[in-house]
Amino acid sequence: MNSSAVKEKSSALQRFLAAPYMVWAVLFILVPLVFIAYYAFTDDNFSFTFDNIARFFNATSEITAESGEVTEVRTYILIFRRSVRLAVISTLICFLLGYPVAYIISRMKPRTQKTMITVIMIPMWMNFLIRTYAWMNILQDTGIINLLLVKIGLQPFHIIGTQAAVVIGMVYDYLPYMILPIYSVMAKLDVKLFEAAHDLGCTSFGVLRRVVFPLTMPGVISGITMVLIPSVSTFYISQKLGSGKFFLIGDAIEGQYIANNLHFAAAIAFIMMIILLAAMALLRRLAEIKFKGART
Amino acid sequence: MKAVSKIYMALAFVFLFAPIVLMLVFSFNDSKSLSVFAGFSLKWYRELLRDEQTLTSVKNTLILALSSSVISTVMGTAAAVGIDKIRSKWYRTAIDTVTNIPMVNPDIITGISLMLMFVFVGRIFGASTSLSFWTMLIAHITFCLPYVILQVLPKLSQSDRALPEAARDLGCSPVQAFFKVQLPELMPGILTGLIMAFTLSLDDFVVSYFTAGTGFQTLPIRIYGMTKKTVTPKMYALSTLIFFAVLILLMLSNLADRDESKTVKKHKKTK
Repeated sequence: MNSSAVKEKSSALQRFLAAPYMVWAVLFILVPLVFIAYYAFTDDNFSFTFDNIARFFNATSEITAESGEVTEVRTYILIFRRSVRLAVISTLICFLLGYPVAYIISRMKPRTQKTMITVIMIPMWMNFLIRTYAWMNILQDTGIINLLLVKIGLQPFHIIGTQAAVVIGMVYDYLPYMILPIYSVMAKLDVKLFEAAHDLGCTSFGVLRRVVFPLTMPGVISGITMVLIPSVSTFYISQKLGSGKFFLIGDAIEGQYIANNLHFAAAIAFIMMIILLAAMALLRRLAEIKFKGART
Repeated sequence: MKAVSKIYMALAFVFLFAPIVLMLVFSFNDSKSLSVFAGFSLKWYRELLRDEQTLTSVKNTLILALSSSVISTVMGTAAAVGIDKIRSKWYRTAIDTVTNIPMVNPDIITGISLMLMFVFVGRIFGASTSLSFWTMLIAHITFCLPYVILQVLPKLSQSDRALPEAARDLGCSPVQAFFKVQLPELMPGILTGLIMAFTLSLDDFVVSYFTAGTGFQTLPIRIYGMTKKTVTPKMYALSTLIFFAVLILLMLSNLADRDESKTVKKHKKTK
């Protein structure tokens, strides 16, 4: 047997090593996704129907405003829009808070950088249920913030059970997911570039806007993805910090699961998945255009 | 570093750690209050240690995390070696796309999709409930696999491809060449993958929530149950213990990292 034949044989043998994973991926990644679609488009007897999808778009419920006025709203459209709005706000805040953190860390000594990143990762290792629960206790009317405010003679404020509290929870839980990808891109940037821009007359802010920001765009995009996706689909944060008053799309799916309406749960999940896929594709597209624009 | 940066970082760390510090302090509170400190006491820790259900869930979580991380590491490493050998571009893109799905999809979709399949298959076999330890194990292996593969694949492309060939020329069997030459080179990636898989499995709530049977409760599911009812500082005691476990783990892995870089340096020097 000549050597190239040996090589061929051993590489065919090695290709075979991927076989168990391929079978696994088809069975437990692809087929389950088909099941979401299958359940979404069938009724309890598994015959084809559009009812579940139609219910998502048409189901209405009545909301009573504080003034006593009753308005009819499309339940799931309202929930969906609320989820998207809160997730976008949280992502934006994460970006505004996280970008400077990543920037400052990337300018430190290498040894300090590593320690800082480890410290930022520590809260990520605590289960998000526990972190959210802690915030619930902090923000309560009788929580530590309000007690301190009263002690120094200020008015306590009511925040638990508002959308602001939900946003605080999301920002807290997902902030590290924004910092880490931006930092990892930023740490690799060449400092000489900044100096060159300075020497050529750029102000500090100009360097940030025209040099640093375009170059860290890939990190920003993955940071946005990593914050947006879990905050759009969360179902615990809103229940605890929103006192169950602001149902999000994740809560809707969980609620239908608990009520054993699996077909409708699948329909909501299906619609969410399609919209998220479209949003991510769009985001990537926008980033590409922006990136090209920055280069020319 | 400018003063503004320093203040900003300090504020960021206060924000990130305030809730954790608060839990730490109030886990030692003598009263049930979570905002007024009434004196030092270990009573919540004692109560936690008497809580059979929680202790069982800790054991369950460790069993599940250990088995799912070992299985996904073995299967994922084998998969990476195989995927690395694929020459067809179309085939490779298809596999990469599928591998990305569990990482990009929201957890709730992964959980719901697997649950629907398990329920459907269970129904075919006439089982009243098909969700159990095994469905959870399958689910955990599924979301761990991509992380292992993505840790090992880069190590494969960095490794010297001539080495296993040289080993073959020198009389190694393919199996020996793999285990003696190729595998040690991949080890750092495999270990990182294993640790990632283990921690992902430990920490997972959403996927577990949808795929868990009633008989097998993990710690995050237990915590979910505890926080649904009234507030108890027992939870804080539990969180404090978890926090210190995490801290020790992180310090150990940092130490191992430092040792590794030291030995690498030494090797370079002797060369």
